[in-house]
Amino acid sequence: MEYIAIVIGAIFVNNIVLAQFLGICPYMGVSSKVSTSVGMSGAVMFVMTLATVVTYLIYNYILVPFGVTYLQTISYILVISSLVQMVEIILKKVSPALFQALGIFLPLITTNCAIMGVALLTVQNEFNLLQGVVFAISHAIGFALAIILFAGIREHLDLMDVPKGMRGAPAALVVAGILALAFMGFAGLV
Amino acid sequence: MSQLQNFTKGFIKENPVYILLLGLCPALGVTTSAFNGLGMGLATTFVLLGSNTVVSIIKDLIPSKVRIPSFIVIIASFVTIVQLTMEAFLPELFDALGLFIPLIVVNCLVLGRAEAFGSKKDTLSSVIDALGMGLGFALALTMLGGLREILGSYSLFGYKFIPGDGMLVFVLAPGAFIGMAYLIVLFNYLKKKTT
Repeated sequence: MEYIAIVIGAIFVNNIVLAQFLGICPYMGVSSKVSTSVGMSGAVMFVMTLATVVTYLIYNYILVPFGVTYLQTISYILVISSLVQMVEIILKKVSPALFQALGIFLPLITTNCAIMGVALLTVQNEFNLLQGVVFAISHAIGFALAIILFAGIREHLDLMDVPKGMRGAPAALVVAGILALAFMGFAGLV
Repeated sequence: MSQLQNFTKGFIKENPVYILLLGLCPALGVTTSAFNGLGMGLATTFVLLGSNTVVSIIKDLIPSKVRIPSFIVIIASFVTIVQLTMEAFLPELFDALGLFIPLIVVNCLVLGRAEAFGSKKDTLSSVIDALGMGLGFALALTMLGGLREILGSYSLFGYKFIPGDGMLVFVLAPGAFIGMAYLIVLFNYLKKKTT
C-alpha cells in the first residue's frame, strides 16, 4: 500500500515537471518531436534510478558516519556527472544500439536538475533503498508522461496559426500551463 | 564592447530567463512571491559572481580536458556557502526556497557563464559580466514573483493593497507557466524596441 502511494504520488500528484518544476530545461528543449522525447525519457529513467541508488549509498555509508553531511551538494553533483560519463563509456562498448538511441541525450542529463532533485528528495523523505528506487522510477515515469504528452501537443502546435509574438517558447509555456492545470485535478489523490 | 554595455546587457538584451531561456527551473519553482524571487535571484547572483571570478583567475591552471568538472566543484563550493549562510541567518527564506538552493549548482546559467565568459576573458570583465547577468536574473525572478503575487494574492512584497483572496491559480503551478509566457512576449518586444 505504501509503495502504491509513492508511485501514484510521484507520477500524478507531485509530477516532477508540472508540479515541482524540476527538469524544465530538457522539457522545453527536446520536446519538439515525440520520438526524441521518448529517447530523453529513457535516458532520464536509466540515470535517475542509478543516481538515486549511488547517492543513497554515499549519503548513508560515507557522509552520515563521518559527520560531513554539509558536503552533500558537492559530492552529489560530482557523483552524478561522473556517473553519466561512465554510463556513456560503458554503453558505447556494451550496447552500441542503445548508445545510438540515448547517446546525444546523456551529456545533457548532467545539468538536468530532476536527477539531483530526486536524489535530494530521497534523503529528505528518509526513504530506505527500495522505497528510493521505486520513488526514482515513478518520478521518471512522471517525467516521461509529461514530456511525451507535451511533445504530442507541440507537434500539432507547429501547424496552428499562433499570433506572431507568441510563436515558439511563449505558446509552448501556455500549453505547459494548461497541462499543469489538468494535473492539478490529481491533487489530494493520496 | 564597453564595460557599461557588458554590465547592462543582462537586463533586457540578453536577459538570462526571458531571452536566453536559461535557469527556468528556479524561475518557475520559487516565484510564488516577489520576496522569494528576489531572494533566489540574489543567492544566484552571489554564486555566479564567486564562480565567475575564481574561474577567470585560475583559468590558466585548469587543463582544458577537466575544465567542466573543475567548474562544477567551484560552483558547488559557493552553493554550499550560500546554503549554510542562508540556513543560519534567513531560515524562513531557506524553507521557502527549499530544494532549489542546492539545485543552483545545476543551473545552466551559472555553468554557462563560467564556460562562455569566465574561462575566456580577464577578471574585471568577468566580475562585471557576472554582476550584470546575476542582477538580470534577479530582476526576472522578482518580476515573475511580483506578477504572481499581485494577481494571486493582491499584494506585493507582503503589502496587501486590495482586500480579498486573489486568483489562487496564479500562485499555483499553472500561473507560473502562463505568467512566464507573457513576460517572454514583453521582453521580446522590449528587446526589439531598444535595439
